[in-house]
Amino acid sequence: MAPAVLLRAAVCVTGRFPALAGVDLVVAQGHVVVLEGPNGAGKTSLLRVCAGLLSLTGGQASILGCDLGRDRAAVRRRVGMLGHAAALYDDLTVAENVRFAVRAAGGTASGTDAALDRLELGGRLRRTPVGRLSAGQRRRVALAVLVARRPELWLLDEPHAGLDAGARAVLGEIVADVAASGATVLLASHEPEESLPLADRVVSLAGGRVVGERALRAMPQGPGAADAPDAGAPAAGAPDGGVRRDVVPGGVHVA
Amino acid sequence: MWRDTVLVAGKDLRIELRSRVVLHQVAPVAVLVLVLFAFALGPDRAPMVRAAPGLFWVAVLFASVLAVQRSFAVESAEGARDGLRLSGLDPAGVFLGKAAAVAVQLVVVEVVLTAGVVVLYGAHVRSFGDIVVASVAGTAGLAAAGTLYGALAAGLRVRETLLPFLFLPVAAPVLLAGTRAWQAAMGIGAGSAGDPWLRLLLVFAAVYLALGVVIFGPLQEAP
Amino acid sequence: MNAPRPGAARPAVPGWGPAATWVVRGLGLTAAVAVAVTVWLGLWITPPDQTQHDLVRLVYVHPPIAWVSLYLAFGVAAVSSLLWLWPRTRSPFWDRLAASSVEVGAVFTALTLVTGSIWGRPTWGVWWVWDARLTSTALLFVLLLGYLAMRRVPADPDARARRCAAVALVAAADVPIVHFSVNWWRTLHQDATVLNANLSPTIHGSMAWTLLVGFVAFTLLFAWMLAVRYRIEVLSELVQESELDVALHERWAEGAEHVTREPDGVLT
Repeated sequence: MAPAVLLRAAVCVTGRFPALAGVDLVVAQGHVVVLEGPNGAGKTSLLRVCAGLLSLTGGQASILGCDLGRDRAAVRRRVGMLGHAAALYDDLTVAENVRFAVRAAGGTASGTDAALDRLELGGRLRRTPVGRLSAGQRRRVALAVLVARRPELWLLDEPHAGLDAGARAVLGEIVADVAASGATVLLASHEPEESLPLADRVVSLAGGRVVGERALRAMPQGPGAADAPDAGAPAAGAPDGGVRRDVVPGGVHVA
Repeated sequence: MWRDTVLVAGKDLRIELRSRVVLHQVAPVAVLVLVLFAFALGPDRAPMVRAAPGLFWVAVLFASVLAVQRSFAVESAEGARDGLRLSGLDPAGVFLGKAAAVAVQLVVVEVVLTAGVVVLYGAHVRSFGDIVVASVAGTAGLAAAGTLYGALAAGLRVRETLLPFLFLPVAAPVLLAGTRAWQAAMGIGAGSAGDPWLRLLLVFAAVYLALGVVIFGPLQEAP
Repeated sequence: MNAPRPGAARPAVPGWGPAATWVVRGLGLTAAVAVAVTVWLGLWITPPDQTQHDLVRLVYVHPPIAWVSLYLAFGVAAVSSLLWLWPRTRSPFWDRLAASSVEVGAVFTALTLVTGSIWGRPTWGVWWVWDARLTSTALLFVLLLGYLAMRRVPADPDARARRCAAVALVAAADVPIVHFSVNWWRTLHQDATVLNANLSPTIHGSMAWTLLVGFVAFTLLFAWMLAVRYRIEVLSELVQESELDVALHERWAEGAEHVTREPDGVLT
């Protein structure tokens, strides 16, 4: 099975600025990888490259087996991204937005209600125009879109930002379910307490390049899962920076 | 492609139905243009009636610039420019859908403008059928070319000024042909038949619809 | 990446060897000679016209310049844009060629308008008249300016090339439409006035030869200006690349700091 994400020496220059200055990254399907790094490290750019929104000026990128240089359109429907801004139409209601997004990706709108239930967007809210919702509620709607679409690769850019505790818990469940069903999740986050419990692996980014990787859990090894041995990896269970929690589908328990 | 066209057109029109921007803002601006021209051309009816077809189309051109800007502003709310590209929609379908929605909105504005021309300028229309056909053909061309340029300018910081500058010269033949066609239908000016002009409008629409379908895809692939 | 060496008199331009420089120099020289010959023939050797007297001498300049701007420049720009958009033939060469052609073409179009206006003034009594050719040329001029405006919008080279190629093609599609519509506008319109009077004189004998030389001369001039402008474009891209080199080094330095201070592997 082709790796979900394969980047080799990826260089991405936007305007005059090299957002990515040579990234090597392999993510096998079914894994959850967290990207961490300081502001400006290139996390968002990396996710956008994987979504096919940014083109590379050097190196290669292949998503779900399709080369981004040639078949970008082919991957669009199989990849879902949650960016900083929720790409929603203010004048349409919550339900209409989700239905449109699902149909646009080639699916049917039958899963809409279930997705909205999962994100606890019930009843009256569904008929409210998105423009009237709070920022946190809009993030929920954007998540609902992803849940309804069920892409093979999930790209989440700071998904916890703006979500309340209940929504964060739901997000954790969703990520676990998604990974269990074989899809891949790539998550950029500034909040290690929230994101690390969900992750199989953590990749550190700085200055547009990968500067470190460590595995948090023994992962089911599949072809293409090239985990680089990492410098300074805490042994499983070590009580230092790499906080370890057992993730059980359906809930998060602190070890 | 057609499925995506219907999807996008439906979405755009539904947004318009909710927000009523074209109805409440663009149409009044277009009528305002007619009123201002009345001030400029003087209190006598005669020059106004003679100029009516041209003024109608000038007002339609302004309205089309606004309608196209609105069509793409909808996609840009809150930095969500990427929405359409991420959605997995066929780009040709997106183009046709947006152009169709813009065309429908323009037709609504034109109905209002026609009423305005008849009422404000006292123009008499000899053959409504001709006017309708010419207007529809012209509108299709304007919507297609406008959507194409709107996509080119979308997301650029200078888009408000760049779009008219790019679009209006290209739309000039529509202004020309539409005016002549209207004149023929209204019996104004030295009798030139409306036919060659109608053909020109149809050719323009066909060329720009085809161009849009072909170019829109490669165009979207740029960051 | 080829950064120009400090102190080098001429940085190496990719795809532009010494042979190319000599060709361009030769082209420039030939163009200069041809234009000089045209001027000499036009101003001194050929006879003045019966009706237009010395004014007719503009015929050796205005139509050639018009031909260059309307057909040559626009044609090169449109074809180059098409070749750039077509994935198999895509190469930065076409993008640069299109941009150079549009810019030089804009200059020639402006000259067409000016010479046309000068030519018409004594006959028409006004500086401008809405005849078919001048009007379509004016519209064309604006279309070219639109392309140049789009070129100035800051964007990375690929996006910019894409947008500009689209603008060029859409404008090129408009050219025949504009021509026909404006022509019909003038011919189907039935009030014949003095303004419709045709400016073209009858051409015979030495005038015909001079006209031919004129066409050749201005075509050569266009080719030379195109080549020079292309070279300028390549040079400016080189400058940008060297700036990019600097930016990349700074970016790597930024990353290097973080790699060294990573005892526990967790960064905030």
